[in-house]
Amino acid sequence: MIVDFTLIAESLPIMLKGIGITFQLLIISGFLGLILAIFLLLMRISGKWYLSFPAQIYIYVFRGTPILVQIFIIYYGLPQFGFIRSSILWSILREPMGCAIVALSLNTGAYVSEILRGGVLAVGKGLIEAGSALGMSAYQKFVYITAPIATRIALPAYSNDVISLLKSTALASTITIADMTGIARTIVANTYAPYEIFISLAIVYLIFTFILQKLFGYTEQYLGRYTKREG
Amino acid sequence: MSEQSKKYLIQMKNVDKYFGEFQALKNINLEVERKERIVICGPSGSGKSTLIRCLNRLEKHNKGQVFIDGNELTDQIKDINAVRREVGMVFQSFNLFPHMTVVKNLMVAQQLVRKISKADAKQRAMHFLERVKIPEQANKYPIQLSGGQQQRVAIARALCMKPKIMLFDEPTSALDPEMINEVLEVMVDLATDGMTMICVTHEMGFARSVADRIIFMDLGEIVEESKPSEFFGNPKNERTKNFLEQILTH
Repeated sequence: MIVDFTLIAESLPIMLKGIGITFQLLIISGFLGLILAIFLLLMRISGKWYLSFPAQIYIYVFRGTPILVQIFIIYYGLPQFGFIRSSILWSILREPMGCAIVALSLNTGAYVSEILRGGVLAVGKGLIEAGSALGMSAYQKFVYITAPIATRIALPAYSNDVISLLKSTALASTITIADMTGIARTIVANTYAPYEIFISLAIVYLIFTFILQKLFGYTEQYLGRYTKREG
Repeated sequence: MSEQSKKYLIQMKNVDKYFGEFQALKNINLEVERKERIVICGPSGSGKSTLIRCLNRLEKHNKGQVFIDGNELTDQIKDINAVRREVGMVFQSFNLFPHMTVVKNLMVAQQLVRKISKADAKQRAMHFLERVKIPEQANKYPIQLSGGQQQRVAIARALCMKPKIMLFDEPTSALDPEMINEVLEVMVDLATDGMTMICVTHEMGFARSVADRIIFMDLGEIVEESKPSEFFGNPKNERTKNFLEQILTH
């Protein structure tokens, strides 16, 4: 088959108009998901069953179901309930974008909380004891000792999740959102040229993944500055 | 708070400690006066570390009473951290905060716990770094220091809190032989200065020259308790004799 470069050259700029939406999905969901993850983490490590147990159930449900199904449930399912339509949530949930952000945030929150928990568990017990012996409160130990070290340990796995979230944003195209993938699908529907369009789209995602990888790589180096013998 | 418990800086009465079924401490009775220097020795697993960890409640005792400067350590104690900041502790594995520079390691608890200003905390930190003879390492991270230097930083960190008592949990056991002396020197210096100290250690030279009293533990019990001259010269218990033979013959 012959690759139609003119078509690629014509479609790329149109697809790139979806970058803004893709980034909004990534950054807003990534941020909200991280906040949610921190709450879930704190519930999980609270040592109180009535906090830890609901968090575990939540994580189980959101990790145990496909993100696409979650998006569909929120977009098609929730508006069926009258009380949702009359609640304050409706201003978010009546927009496809709101539904996509809610679904992606809820999903990534579940994964990230487990990633952070791995980091917290890996912080040496002796360091916490040293904090205790100095008279630091539980809050002070968490903020000044556990959190900074856990962040460094969890970062590689966290960057993995952010990259995965970038690609999950493409699923928003299934509920009418014109992100890069959504636009690509429209072009394919009009031109019947899936090969050129989707390959170009894939390359765009690769470029963004590369940039994310680099950013996390630098962050990792910065956070790991105290782990090298020679500064 | 009884009069008797105020007389001693540290008092343990009939203390038992269990880890599950295992009894780590059996009916421990110990009184330590101000400025007293105690060395605790004994074979591995004898309960030495557990004993001193009960003094700042890193371990909770199951029976008996523990008093620190007249305050009893119980579950009801309102502010365990108020007691802990009076009790400095040095660990076998240093436990410096790896993500903070040396000087930050010394400042953080002063600022958070003692509520001292940053400038004053830094000044005090540098004072104690000079005392342990490594002020030039202030801005390095712990990993860039040798083991001996790290342990001296750990001692300085505890001293910055101006504690009334210093607990040492095998402070030289994780060190290479050539670094042991630099840490012991700092400890001798502290002892000369009148610090109340309890040291769990196998350094018998240190015990002989510094301790007011040596406590020998085995299987969770205090087996023998005496002055160094008596402890080394004329140990009474069979178990003490065996232990001393083992560690002094090599």
